[in-house]
Amino acid sequence: MSVDLTTVKRVAHLARIAVSQEEAVEMESGLNAILGFVEQLNEVEIDGVEPMTSVMPMEMKKRQDAVTDGSKAGDVVANAPQSDENFFVVPKVVE
Amino acid sequence: MSELTNLTIAEARDRLRSGDLTSAELTDAYLQAIEAANGALNAYVAVTADKAREMAAQSDGKLAQGKGGALEGIPLGIKDLFGTEGIHTQACSHILDGFQPRYESTVTANLWADGAVMLGKLNMDEFAMGSSNETSYYGPVTNPWRAKDDNKALVPGGSSGGSAAAVAAHLCAGATATDTGGSIRQPAAFTGTVGIKPTYGRCSRWGIAAFASSLDQAGPITRDVRDAAILLKSMASSDPRDTTSVDLPVPDYEAAIGQSVKGMKVGIPKEYRLDGMPAEIETLWQKGIAWLKDAGADIIDISLPHTRYALPAYYIVAPAEASSNLARYDGVRYGLRVPGKDIADMYEQTRSAGFGQEVKRRILIGTYVLSSGYYDAYYLRAQKVRTLIKRDFETVFAEGIDTILTPATPSAAFGIADQDMASDPVKMYLNDIFTVTVNMAGLPGIAVPAGLDDTGLPLGLQLIGKPFEEETLFRTAHVIEQAAGRFQADKWW
Repeated sequence: MSVDLTTVKRVAHLARIAVSQEEAVEMESGLNAILGFVEQLNEVEIDGVEPMTSVMPMEMKKRQDAVTDGSKAGDVVANAPQSDENFFVVPKVVE
Repeated sequence: MSELTNLTIAEARDRLRSGDLTSAELTDAYLQAIEAANGALNAYVAVTADKAREMAAQSDGKLAQGKGGALEGIPLGIKDLFGTEGIHTQACSHILDGFQPRYESTVTANLWADGAVMLGKLNMDEFAMGSSNETSYYGPVTNPWRAKDDNKALVPGGSSGGSAAAVAAHLCAGATATDTGGSIRQPAAFTGTVGIKPTYGRCSRWGIAAFASSLDQAGPITRDVRDAAILLKSMASSDPRDTTSVDLPVPDYEAAIGQSVKGMKVGIPKEYRLDGMPAEIETLWQKGIAWLKDAGADIIDISLPHTRYALPAYYIVAPAEASSNLARYDGVRYGLRVPGKDIADMYEQTRSAGFGQEVKRRILIGTYVLSSGYYDAYYLRAQKVRTLIKRDFETVFAEGIDTILTPATPSAAFGIADQDMASDPVKMYLNDIFTVTVNMAGLPGIAVPAGLDDTGLPLGLQLIGKPFEEETLFRTAHVIEQAAGRFQADKWW
């Protein structure tokens, strides 16, 4: 399988990455090189094989349902590009 | 002063404990070495000199009272992927501009609890995506090694290129690193250093910027095998904050150093012999086999039939996980924000300006293989292939194999801005052909220097072990190290 320029632009939009025409052309060839490379996986007999979900056989650890941390609003927004009274500030989303 | 930076962690530890050396002296020696070398090598992206001196003074106080921890006063470099409280943490990406976390990663917290001193943050490929350290927003790292009679700048490998270069050039006593497809072992092999990726779950991933969560593992890069054992012991732990962290006690890895490999069954997988592989790699492999045989190990030919599918499966699984993990960089909560005409445009402009080419390429591949209609053909198939790759290893281990010996990389270090690698992403990806199987199966793997090629560049061998049997790797790697000797780059920087 391979991707065309329209698909590259659609996928870039899904990934929320703006791409110029020039970048999309470059991405098209890079992505097709990778998709060509992974094509060989089609040779592998996978009937009846379980997909891997956990590389180590382990039971998912569960934490106690208890409050162990918190009251750190200042820390949470400390690295925000824009914040106001411990809120993240974003461009207006509702007209 | 400068010879202080030649001490291994074990040697420095002994001298610090005996009172023959202070951490302040050792730390100053490293800070001077960094200042003199970093312009040429670009291994550090942030040097924390004040913090280092402060930590060293505290260590000296503890050492004077005989209360020092396992790494008391030892100066280390930290890969920029690890969250360090109040200190530059950007995964060497533009999108994390100015980010200084309000938390400390579990691995680094473990190191500071044992008394280690932080020298600064080390360069790396952006979000650990790369095999040459050239995708860093902070520019490439230069390998301290050069070919004989040649001034050409070489890559240190990646993604932990800053870690490997800093250790090889004695700009830290040891370094933290991470490995998703070979990012500890390949740069270790390219710089004549030792690097171990432990079993998945051995080191907590908490506080480390995520690339591909089912593959990422932290580990050390050091100058010799003993130092790797010492550092891994402090880095590893059980962590309730990482659900994939295992509840197993951390063994005293250093105790494995010097133990015999007599009677150990060492597997030699025929699938790691590639067409067009340089003869020097094959020769090195044969040398490793001979050394282990001389030490009393049984050498057994084995087959891992799905080996060749590990790299293509990796290039579906890892980008898929990355596309999800990197969705968090949206210009709202941390790092870079580029304004747009509305919020969606702000996301798109921020991510376009903030991510480099390789990261964008992997996010797009990941988004594509997870998108509607393609999930089964790509992602599900790759996860099934992953099961088969793991099964190959389980089969040989069940047949009695204790460890597997392979080359670490298909070549020695290559030049910065190599045209072949730049023109085709897959060529760069092939660097990880021998290491990526280990991540796909969650196993521990160590790269140990084993010799120099015809041009005088270091080459490494890899040992692969059973889950949580890192001790076998340290024991066997030490035998190789004893036979091969240690390798040091001639100082030109």
